[in-house]
Amino acid sequence: MKDLVQLYLQQFKTTFTSMFQYRAALLIWMIGQVLEPLVYLIVWSTVSNGNGGSVGNYTTGAFVSYFVVLMLVNQFTYTWLMFDYEWRIREGIFSFALLKPVHPIHSDIADNLMTKAIQLPVLTVIAVILAFTFHPTLSLTPWVILLFIPALLLAFGVRFLLEWTLAQAAFWTTRVGSINQLYFFMLLLFSGQIAPLSLLPHSIQIAAKILPLYWTVGFPTELLLGKLTLSTVLTGIGIQIVWLIIALFLVRVIWRLGTRAYSAVGQ
Amino acid sequence: MNYLRLIRVFFRVNIAGELAYRINFIFSFFESVVGLGFTLAGLAIIFSYTDSLNGWRPAEILALVGVYSLIGGVIRVAILPGMEQLTQSVRDGTFDFTLTKPEDAQLIVSISRIGVWKIVDIFLGIVILIIALVQLGGSIGGLQAVEFLAMLLTGSVIVYSFFLILATLAFWLVRVENVLTIFLSVYHAGRWPLSLYPGWLRYGLIFIIPVAFATTIPVEALTSRLNWVTLVAAFTAAVVLFSLSRAFWKFGLKHYSGASA
Repeated sequence: MKDLVQLYLQQFKTTFTSMFQYRAALLIWMIGQVLEPLVYLIVWSTVSNGNGGSVGNYTTGAFVSYFVVLMLVNQFTYTWLMFDYEWRIREGIFSFALLKPVHPIHSDIADNLMTKAIQLPVLTVIAVILAFTFHPTLSLTPWVILLFIPALLLAFGVRFLLEWTLAQAAFWTTRVGSINQLYFFMLLLFSGQIAPLSLLPHSIQIAAKILPLYWTVGFPTELLLGKLTLSTVLTGIGIQIVWLIIALFLVRVIWRLGTRAYSAVGQ
Repeated sequence: MNYLRLIRVFFRVNIAGELAYRINFIFSFFESVVGLGFTLAGLAIIFSYTDSLNGWRPAEILALVGVYSLIGGVIRVAILPGMEQLTQSVRDGTFDFTLTKPEDAQLIVSISRIGVWKIVDIFLGIVILIIALVQLGGSIGGLQAVEFLAMLLTGSVIVYSFFLILATLAFWLVRVENVLTIFLSVYHAGRWPLSLYPGWLRYGLIFIIPVAFATTIPVEALTSRLNWVTLVAAFTAAVVLFSLSRAFWKFGLKHYSGASA
């Protein structure tokens, strides 16, 4: 246990220093991260204003708060594991991780937490600026905030473990770029990043609720906006817990099969 | 004519190199089609709630998507690979060999690397553009067509110059391959009409990272939204930026002293 704590602390330090090594990359990446929801915010606000102030159950102000909250939730739960593993396994760097006596998921978790500890404050400031520029409507009630916290943490857990599992596809094929691309666009549509789920066609809504993607981004967002009833929220958190258990199981199975399939590439 | 011959030779070399990995074509095609499919799905959702976006009809936005894919393809086929190769060769010192060649170094840098399989994006962009044109029908005259092609060319020159200026920074900063991603990381904002955006974002996309010239301005020309002032300004911007990037390149070249033995 003590060793594990040390490992986390060391990974925190490594991530921290390497992030400040690549300041420009960090800044550019953040611009992209903010621009994506901002563009959809502007597009839907335009549609809403053209329709007399609302689309479906969303007013122009609600669109603004939806996409600003979505930006923060997405930022909180996202991972870059799939791109990392593709690179690590293709270049053969992964062999070193296998030599270590601890499961590599630990350094992945530590790396993810540290990165967000640096990025989230910056993004929160940007979110506040956007809120002042575009005038959102948002009324928070205590029970919503209380339920939002576990929903957000569960969303992070589910997304991290599922994307970690998907990242292991690189064990079987060194060309996972296409899988990543497909996943990325599915995430965009089904998690509610193009539009709130209630505005999507009925069939896509059903698919989104069956797939795990909505529960990792769209659900906590709509929850904080007060768009969901208490029973929907509790059911949603239940579904998140089920996905978390499934994901934990998948991580174990895939890891065992994957390390067996792995043959080093590179040096 | 010598230049054209060089371009042809490099193109052949790149194709020959890539043909060893033919399966990459299938993957590249799959990725492009998936991306385009989801983009069109997003458009369909938005236009199920409205007939026009700030005065832009669905077919006009579709033309914008086509140009977005087309110019995105041009960047990934003809511009980015050469610039990435430049920053890498400055870092590891192999740029020395480029300088020993009898031809102009900027030319060699620009044409020696081609992202062969991303030609798919150009092809798909043209297909989408043709579909949009058919839907727009007779509303496009000869003048708009000429203006459109001129603005496409202007936009490509501006994007090329922008990338060259960033890549030239490699002579001082060495690690700039991350900086090169700045254009593509904001490029998706060019999939929508510029007029939707608030002033600060519009100016940013025109003057800081010139995405607007690549996608919106050509389509504005096509849909007769462009006035002569913008047309002339875009043309002037292309000439100025191209000369500026060339001067900056020459200035940077003087600073290059070789990175490794």
